[in-house]
Amino acid sequence: MNKIANKTIINNVLIEEAAKDKNIVVLCSDSRGSAGLGPYSKEHPKQFVEVGIAEQNLVTIAAGLAACGKKSFVFSPASFLSTRSMEQAKVDVAYSHTNVKLIGISGGVSYGELGMTHQSANDIAIMASTPGLRVYLPCDRFQTEKLIRALLQDKDPAYVRIGRNAVEDVYEEGNVPFELNKAVTIQDGSDVTIIACGEMVQGAKAAGELLKDKGISARVIDMYCIKPIDKEAIIKAAKETKLILTVEEHVKLGGLGSMVAQVAAENAPVKVVSLGLPDEPAIAGKSAQIFKYYGMDAEGIVKKISELL
Amino acid sequence: MNLKKKAYELRKDVVDMIYRAKTGHIGGDLSVMEILVDLYYKQMNVTPENFNSDDHDHFVMSKGHSVEALYAVLADRGFFPKEDLKTFATFGSKYIGHPTNKVNGIEMNTGSLGHGLGVGVGMALAGKMDEKNYRVYVVMGDGEMAEGSVWEAVTAGAHYKLDNLTAFVDRNHLQISGTTEQVMNQKSQEARWAAFGWNVISVPGNDLDAIDNAVELAKKVKDKPTVIIAHTIKGCGISFVENQVGWHHHVPNDEEYQAALKELDERGAQYE
Repeated sequence: MNKIANKTIINNVLIEEAAKDKNIVVLCSDSRGSAGLGPYSKEHPKQFVEVGIAEQNLVTIAAGLAACGKKSFVFSPASFLSTRSMEQAKVDVAYSHTNVKLIGISGGVSYGELGMTHQSANDIAIMASTPGLRVYLPCDRFQTEKLIRALLQDKDPAYVRIGRNAVEDVYEEGNVPFELNKAVTIQDGSDVTIIACGEMVQGAKAAGELLKDKGISARVIDMYCIKPIDKEAIIKAAKETKLILTVEEHVKLGGLGSMVAQVAAENAPVKVVSLGLPDEPAIAGKSAQIFKYYGMDAEGIVKKISELL
Repeated sequence: MNLKKKAYELRKDVVDMIYRAKTGHIGGDLSVMEILVDLYYKQMNVTPENFNSDDHDHFVMSKGHSVEALYAVLADRGFFPKEDLKTFATFGSKYIGHPTNKVNGIEMNTGSLGHGLGVGVGMALAGKMDEKNYRVYVVMGDGEMAEGSVWEAVTAGAHYKLDNLTAFVDRNHLQISGTTEQVMNQKSQEARWAAFGWNVISVPGNDLDAIDNAVELAKKVKDKPTVIIAHTIKGCGISFVENQVGWHHHVPNDEEYQAALKELDERGAQYE
């Protein structure tokens, strides 16, 4: 199975589109290496702005460019983008309604060995709770490409969080169901629903298969659109299955699990259980080790569902 | 109308708005007025007609709390009816206590300090990328100079040689809690900006001719952004408000309101 980091796909799409549209501008904060923007910056030096290690200025400059007609794509580690430059995202992007797409790279525990400074375990809560900011966590290269192409078509602010590592494909080339702000049902099922986002979808999909072998019919939903969240998909799952399990690379407070639970509680109360990171600095390690430790991988999902059913 | 007199007429609009609404930041409105008058009546190519085009000059009020002064100017320049000023800070009004781009003539929302210069850097960069002739103006307060984000933008403005960017520091020496020197020393603004690589011009900031000359000089400088350190009087135009820290956002009572209008009339009349 192909393994490509989602940042590579964004870089490729922007190289292609910037050649056709001079208003596309990419900005980074000494993060061109970690964002995989080397090729873009070489291909389109006049549509590339290096801001240095200054995340506040990074977002504000992007907003100023957008106010003058540019389509700004901002790349910085999600940990810094969602905290150091949070007020800039709130005021200069969301509140001023500028055409800025904030791309949080190396999100979640991608930098798993580097400590809490480099973890973005609460960026969903921060960004999604800000009026005017959309939040997306795509899972694989195909969905990431579709998402970025869709975002190039609109003028509204958005925050996109991706991981650092190469990830397995969830979808197949040429068969990528995608409608902006609509969740994707990867596998239908009637006993339980697993709702995952970002690079947790890979594990959720695998768990769906494993549960089949155990005779459990699991619906697997890819909720890449955290905000606006696909309420319809949640309500349907809440009505049609006995349990919803959410999985996210984020603390359990204020993220996907909280949002799914809120929608379910208001519309079709059903038990909602969340898997995610703890309310403490995540344990050090590689992403896969961390997911396994906190029971967020396929095995952990299967175990949790088996306990609950 | 003589623009020096205009500045006093607009100050009356500011006082009226604040008196009606019982809220507003009067001191900074009054100190910044000549800067706004020079930009909006003499220097900037921005009108209600060209505001939605790609080519007009850009303005960011980084010291957003001086929004009453900006509203007064924009209304007088025809961006919206002067009558609208009466709705300032009333329930449901779009004319709120900090700039918002829901109001015609305003491009960026401000209010939290330390954002405007970075926005200006982005606007000026866009102008360079597109080889446009527009210029970008940003007005900041001197208390605002304590915000670290300002200096990120100062660094970037010099790095990108943004000679189409002119910043103002409304150097009125007062902020909400006291003098800038008591709260956080802001002495030697000229040396600070020069050290970062900016062209620096220092002017008496309530002198319209001096401001206009400085803006003209800034247009001639190549490869450097310009900062105009405008040494202003907080509360300028009303003797009992001038240089009084308590008038940062004090609201005039009935007597003060009448006295303020009378003095502004008298001071404006000297320019007839």
